[in-house]
Amino acid sequence: MSQVIRSPKQYDVCIIGSGAGGGMAAKVLAEGGLSCALLEAGPDVHPEKDFKMFLWPYEAPHRGAGVGGHARENFGEFLAPNGAWHIEGEPYTSAPGSDFQWFRSRIVGGRTNHWGRIALRFAPIDFKSKTRDGLGDDWPITYEELSPYYDKVESYIGVFGTKENVPSAPDGVFLPPPKPRCTELMVKKACDKLGITCIPSRLAILTKSVNGRLPCHYCGQCGRGCVTASNFSSSQVLIPPALKTGKLTLITGAMAREILVDKDGKAIGVSYIDKASRSEKRINARAIVVAASACESARLLLNSKSVLFPAGLANSSGAVGKYLTDSVGSGGYGYFPQLEKMPPHNHDGVGGMHMYMPWWKFDRKNDFPRGYHIEFGGGREMPGVGLFSGMNREEEGYGVSLKQRARKQYGCHIGFAGRGEMIPNPDTYCEIDPDVVDEWGIPVLRFHFKWSDYELLQAKDMQETFRSIVETMGGEYKTRTSIHGDLPFGIEAGGKIIHEVGTARMGADPKTSVLNGFCQAHDVKNLFVTDGAPLVTNPDKNPTLTIMALSWRASEYLLDEARKGNI
Amino acid sequence: MANESISRRDILRTLAVGAAAGSVLQVISAEAAEYVHQMVHKEKAAAPAGNYTPKYFSASQYAMLVNLCDMIIPKDEKCGGAIEAGAPEFIDLLTSENDKFQLRLGGGLFWLDGYCTDHYGKVFLECTPEQKKDVLDLIAFRKNAKQDPSLSQGVSFFAFLRNMTCDGYYTSKIGIADLGYIGNTSLREFPGCPTLPE
Repeated sequence: MSQVIRSPKQYDVCIIGSGAGGGMAAKVLAEGGLSCALLEAGPDVHPEKDFKMFLWPYEAPHRGAGVGGHARENFGEFLAPNGAWHIEGEPYTSAPGSDFQWFRSRIVGGRTNHWGRIALRFAPIDFKSKTRDGLGDDWPITYEELSPYYDKVESYIGVFGTKENVPSAPDGVFLPPPKPRCTELMVKKACDKLGITCIPSRLAILTKSVNGRLPCHYCGQCGRGCVTASNFSSSQVLIPPALKTGKLTLITGAMAREILVDKDGKAIGVSYIDKASRSEKRINARAIVVAASACESARLLLNSKSVLFPAGLANSSGAVGKYLTDSVGSGGYGYFPQLEKMPPHNHDGVGGMHMYMPWWKFDRKNDFPRGYHIEFGGGREMPGVGLFSGMNREEEGYGVSLKQRARKQYGCHIGFAGRGEMIPNPDTYCEIDPDVVDEWGIPVLRFHFKWSDYELLQAKDMQETFRSIVETMGGEYKTRTSIHGDLPFGIEAGGKIIHEVGTARMGADPKTSVLNGFCQAHDVKNLFVTDGAPLVTNPDKNPTLTIMALSWRASEYLLDEARKGNI
Repeated sequence: MANESISRRDILRTLAVGAAAGSVLQVISAEAAEYVHQMVHKEKAAAPAGNYTPKYFSASQYAMLVNLCDMIIPKDEKCGGAIEAGAPEFIDLLTSENDKFQLRLGGGLFWLDGYCTDHYGKVFLECTPEQKKDVLDLIAFRKNAKQDPSLSQGVSFFAFLRNMTCDGYYTSKIGIADLGYIGNTSLREFPGCPTLPE
């Protein structure tokens, strides 16, 4: 590393990260007239060549398994440029006894290029957790305050769904849902018998044209990225309009190292590594918006130490890195002999479920606090690597009989996955590892992670529910989970659901929280965090829609403060 | 293969000018997307089969691999098998890039030859079809390794190879058609479920 190159230009705002939170801030702030620099640690994305839409497995030499078969570890090679659990040269560590998996996407748009597009609002009660059951903390804002921003986000990005009046899953501004698949009708029938609510899902996929974006063409491959931008990604839906204003400068390959402050404790810029030249550069800005993903943002704040902020920037509370949660995840699948008779038909639909089960047991006493929703899928999907590994494990053999078995069993499985709320606990957090730096010399995160009985009991309930649905449908539940051991009841390791949030939480009390209700740091008024880090709780709703609503709201507040001359 | 993906990219680029960097208003039409899909399809159909030179396995090991793939998923009255599907090429490619696969499959082939030499006095490829079938009937089932632990390495090898062969076959054009998958195409409306099974 040679000298530090200082740019004389001063931007109004420097945004770090271009995913859901950063992309939304870039759009709202640039359209609001502020000059913005957007730092992205990865490269730009080019949908027309990077996205593998319509590619058959046999059109790629590795058939979806990736070089050396390694892509299977990261969801396969056909997914949109998707990052990985492990990035060469950019490690993280887990404390002894902890297993935390951290999925990072270094690319314009971040994880929104490939995400599941599940766009669920948090419910009013999710903002009042402590009032509700004494666990965790209440948010400093209410559902009513955020609701107009949910409306705006849904209207802009396009979300399909139906009005259902389910208290745990508020209705939004919805496009019409796609018709259910056969497997979904079967599950719905069983759920009706069991008293489990099963309704059309809510996904950020267009079933009608929105702002000139074409409606879905039902190839079922949203995860690969969509060349027609018929599903939502920050790279295709938020960054382009921001760039069109002429106010946004997008800087790729820029790994933020430290947020710089002046002697009065005001943030004045960002020092970053320009990966291409391997040199350190600096952006000056009047305000900083951090949206690097919850844990990456915590890392940046913790690494921004100074005389004024010895414990890291905006961390007088000590809460940065704490209150880390992921969703509780447990899955299982069933085999359904009646599907053997199903005639071949196009089952693709949108890339994801057309129906799901929102949390339905909110009206009774359960063995665990809070709740979970159920996602499910299966049936006659496009064949891919690993399709028959389950069959081979059970039935073995070889020859014509193997082929006949595969023909018979294809399309007869339905998988279920629960996604539930984890309660923050003192044994789960991230901090700077005192001994390890990445290839850019930046100290890395060390994770501590522990599930409590709350989550384990939730996973147990998920398993029992999956079994009852499968058996009510006349299928055979195939998943066997242990009661003891590291991951009882099939609960996934922390981080595996990729809903990690909470590491710079908002709150009314600056002693126990990092940000106020506008995602503005209590300690540093011109510093905002707008990714998953501000979330006080991690309800059973995937966080992306809420991240965007919070980011939109925070960005409008920032615009307003800038107009008033407060920033 | 490289040429095909480049030409696919070129088509997509032409069609999607501005879709990424310009405005959200400039996106390709569904007709264009369907056209791309068909182009890709044609390119692939025109790809030459040709003779394959293994990247990892020796000529004799590769001949063994081909023989085993053929026995795992043979051609039948309905359609071709693992060989027609290019499974051996797929397995060789992945193995050339993964040292764990090299050990499991390369070592497994050695084990199999050793077993055949011990029992039939000749290597696998020189065995009669009946002898080959007898060996596979042993190592294709885990229960046999429970009765005779000396088979366990062979059983483990064969289970791995069976999965790889299935991956190769069921990601091929004939394997996908064999299953009756319909899709990977552009539709104006999703038709929903034709009839619900009883």
